[in-house]
Amino acid sequence: MRRIARPALPLSPTLLLSPTLLVLALVVGYPAVAGFRESLYAGGEGLDADGFVVGGDRFAGARNYTAIFHGDRAGAFWNAFGNTTFFTFTTVALETVIGVAMALVMHRMFRGRAVVRASVLVPWAVPTAISGLLWRWIFQADGAANAVLGREILWTADGFPAKVAVVAAEVWKTSPFIGLLVLAGLQMIPAEVHEAARVDGAGPLQRFARITLPLVRPALLVAVLFRMLDVLRMFDLPTVLVGADQGSVQTLTMVAWTEASDLRYGSAAAYATVLFGYVALIASLFVKLLGADIIGEAHRHSRRGKGTAE
Amino acid sequence: MSRPWARRVLSCSGCVLVVAYCLAPFYWMTISAFRRPQDQFDNSIVPTRWSWENFSAVFSGEGFGRALLNSLVVAGATTALTLLIGTCAAYALARLRFRGRNAVLGLIVAATMFPGISQLVPLLKLFTEIGWINTYQAMVLPSLGFALPLSVWLLTAFFRQLPEELEQAAMVDGCTRAQAFRKIIVPLAAPGVFTTAIVTFIATWNEFLIALSMVNDKDMRTATVAISTFTGVSGFDQPFGTQMAAGAVVTVPLVAVVLVFQRRIVAGLTAGGVK
Repeated sequence: MRRIARPALPLSPTLLLSPTLLVLALVVGYPAVAGFRESLYAGGEGLDADGFVVGGDRFAGARNYTAIFHGDRAGAFWNAFGNTTFFTFTTVALETVIGVAMALVMHRMFRGRAVVRASVLVPWAVPTAISGLLWRWIFQADGAANAVLGREILWTADGFPAKVAVVAAEVWKTSPFIGLLVLAGLQMIPAEVHEAARVDGAGPLQRFARITLPLVRPALLVAVLFRMLDVLRMFDLPTVLVGADQGSVQTLTMVAWTEASDLRYGSAAAYATVLFGYVALIASLFVKLLGADIIGEAHRHSRRGKGTAE
Repeated sequence: MSRPWARRVLSCSGCVLVVAYCLAPFYWMTISAFRRPQDQFDNSIVPTRWSWENFSAVFSGEGFGRALLNSLVVAGATTALTLLIGTCAAYALARLRFRGRNAVLGLIVAATMFPGISQLVPLLKLFTEIGWINTYQAMVLPSLGFALPLSVWLLTAFFRQLPEELEQAAMVDGCTRAQAFRKIIVPLAAPGVFTTAIVTFIATWNEFLIALSMVNDKDMRTATVAISTFTGVSGFDQPFGTQMAAGAVVTVPLVAVVLVFQRRIVAGLTAGGVK
């Protein structure tokens, strides 16, 4: 491949990569290992086998894990597991539909595209914690949502309305992101392809299903994967919008965080490890079943060149 | 769909819908901030009486100015560090050929999959032991965990877009690879680096979980944490007016940056698939 002889002192990949890899080893690698070790220990004071009070960390084996799945806190875990899964699938499904619709609208526009693109970026730029407050305000008992709907629903209390509030707020903030990614994909489709299909007698729906969707699929899959990984770890929004200890919206990250803030580090680490396993499982299933190709996508973008920008 | 005017009306109403969907909640936040505290629960579209009272409440107590400064320090330091070491890594991944390149890129991308909470527990314990709780570095270091993979990924995509021939031409003319990097790639890549800086800065500015957990001193809280724990001065259970005003203060600069650099940001987002 190399057409040019390397200069005497090439930039060595090791040298260039080592700072990044070192930092990642420190802030991601170390916590991964230490967290797993931590999850096998119980902290704080307890009684040992002879009934003496002991302090400090004691080896607990798999007890932190069994406590998650069985026993009096198992209900909280399965509830959080259910919430996390529910949020992931509902928000990502809604975001995909709304995002694709947004992209189609933006793609058809000729004038005012800059205005629409700018406004689409606004929800993305609003910090999640602030958007939590904003939606808490909208979903107040006598707030805007109830005024618009003409109902009196207690959104931010407990129960199903709280879930709906979280989903609505999350979808608002993140569907523009999917919209922008899909728009970039749409702009890569040559107009001739649509033209040819039209000449062959394909209707608008057929063109959408047979041409547009398959061609934006790679971009869409990567967007959906990133979004799923993100929602699986959701914390800020339900915490601010409803409350960290509300069962109706408690996610796995929130359960782990509550444990950690009660200084039960071993148990918190066990929850975090379970969540990590769940995220890895979903990601690998997604990549395997649908073939989202993240690294390939980077290559593809490089081949498309600057056209990606607009 | 055959008549052009029908098409135009449809497309226009579509984009009005998109703009309304994106801006309505943001508009509501801003407009609520400008209501007088006694009109707070008034649901009129435009305030009957405009007032700055909520804004003065934001800055009168609670050390909100300090919180803004903390956010600026943490997000700024994270962005600077990330760019410094991320640019080197991205250049190696985009341009140099070595064994295991895809594996390294895969590893870096996989790091984004790691949940913040898994990172938090061991680091919280470690930082407690070495007395780093309530320090900037306790927020900056963990933030690198998500900011670094993100920017390496973005920068790699940007570097790959640059024509390799330019660099080769420079080397034919006698530049070393390091010189070619400094004189050709860095100036050409500046827009990409700049975009990455904005995206990273916004992601760190919006960070909540780490900032909430690593700090319990009021003076060290970042803006997002400070706002969510506002007790307020207006005497309501939850001081929504003050919170909306504070939210507007935190968000409006970001929105301004986004509006100015929207083209670049869209390019960055679509290159990397960021949240």
